[in-house]
Amino acid sequence: MTDVSFDRRRLLTAGGAFALAATTGGVLVPARARASGLAPTPTMRGGANNYRLGAPIVERIGGGGFWMRGTVRRAGDGAPLPGQRIQIWAHTTEGRERDWHSHGATLTDENGTFALEMPQIVPTFGQPHGHLAYDSGDYETVFLRPVMPSARDTSLEAHFVLQPA
Amino acid sequence: MTVGPRRPLRATLIWAALGLALAVPLLAAAASPLLAWRGPVYIAAGFAGIVGLGFLLVQPLLMLRALPGLRGPRARHAHRAVGVALLVAVVLHVAGLWITSPPDVIDALTFTSPTPFSPWGVVAMWAVFATAAVAALRRRLPVRRWRLAHRALAVLIVTCSLVHALLIEGTMEPVSKAALGVLALVATLLAVRRA
Repeated sequence: MTDVSFDRRRLLTAGGAFALAATTGGVLVPARARASGLAPTPTMRGGANNYRLGAPIVERIGGGGFWMRGTVRRAGDGAPLPGQRIQIWAHTTEGRERDWHSHGATLTDENGTFALEMPQIVPTFGQPHGHLAYDSGDYETVFLRPVMPSARDTSLEAHFVLQPA
Repeated sequence: MTVGPRRPLRATLIWAALGLALAVPLLAAAASPLLAWRGPVYIAAGFAGIVGLGFLLVQPLLMLRALPGLRGPRARHAHRAVGVALLVAVVLHVAGLWITSPPDVIDALTFTSPTPFSPWGVVAMWAVFATAAVAALRRRLPVRRWRLAHRALAVLIVTCSLVHALLIEGTMEPVSKAALGVLALVATLLAVRRA
């Protein structure tokens, strides 16, 4: 619960930047942030829902068949961040969001990219969506909740720009 | 029975049409592949929502005296019973979703949900609760004020429920969902327009 309220506060301070980032997938950054380099990704609404602390690093979640991909970069200079732990969970053909076996984590490679195979995401609570968390503590915690353009998609992307804690 | 014995065919057709309008969305949702990956409570919560949407079509038809065999006081009694059933359906819908995923329902109820359909559903829910409260106070209200409040709430409930349902990517089949919702909205507008 503390995580959730913390995120909401962050969300409020992020204000309009959130709406902009949410609608463009974080590609556009607000003008104010652009002046001082790459802006950190704000936590998305509902991003932390059904989060479970400390999911293990896995080769893949369940039987696989669906790919969650993304990048992790540092705010300001945009440098790729290798070796960062990203936790992923979703409602899939193999389990609900809150089920332990629906959760897994992976590490970014030397280019700051990550890819984790997982079961096919299926729509739940009205949208086909996934959840991702950066929660290792070196940078500020960020929860993302990307929505699939189509429920038939077999992959989904989410990108993190992290700010030192 | 006030059904004219001269028009049994018409009565049968009206009831058959209503039956289809209500049954087709339910049967189409029952065939949704998404059900395979949902637990019983989540499935029940979803179907409570679909049944509730169906009640929103029945209610104005009762008040329009459009259903053969249900006219006069019988229609009013049925309207009241379906109103109570709608209230129950809404409570089951929200409670079932809460059990399925508490944080998502908390987000919805606090208007902090990322999903655009949630606030429409929550406003409709509160409007249903308000309707029940106003109905309970009916005898203490001037008739004109009661009518205005009840009709305004009815339009609010149906409009918000329709938008709520249409924006959801769930078990309901899109065409039957839109058809049921639009029928409910048209019937409601006709019913509230009636003097």
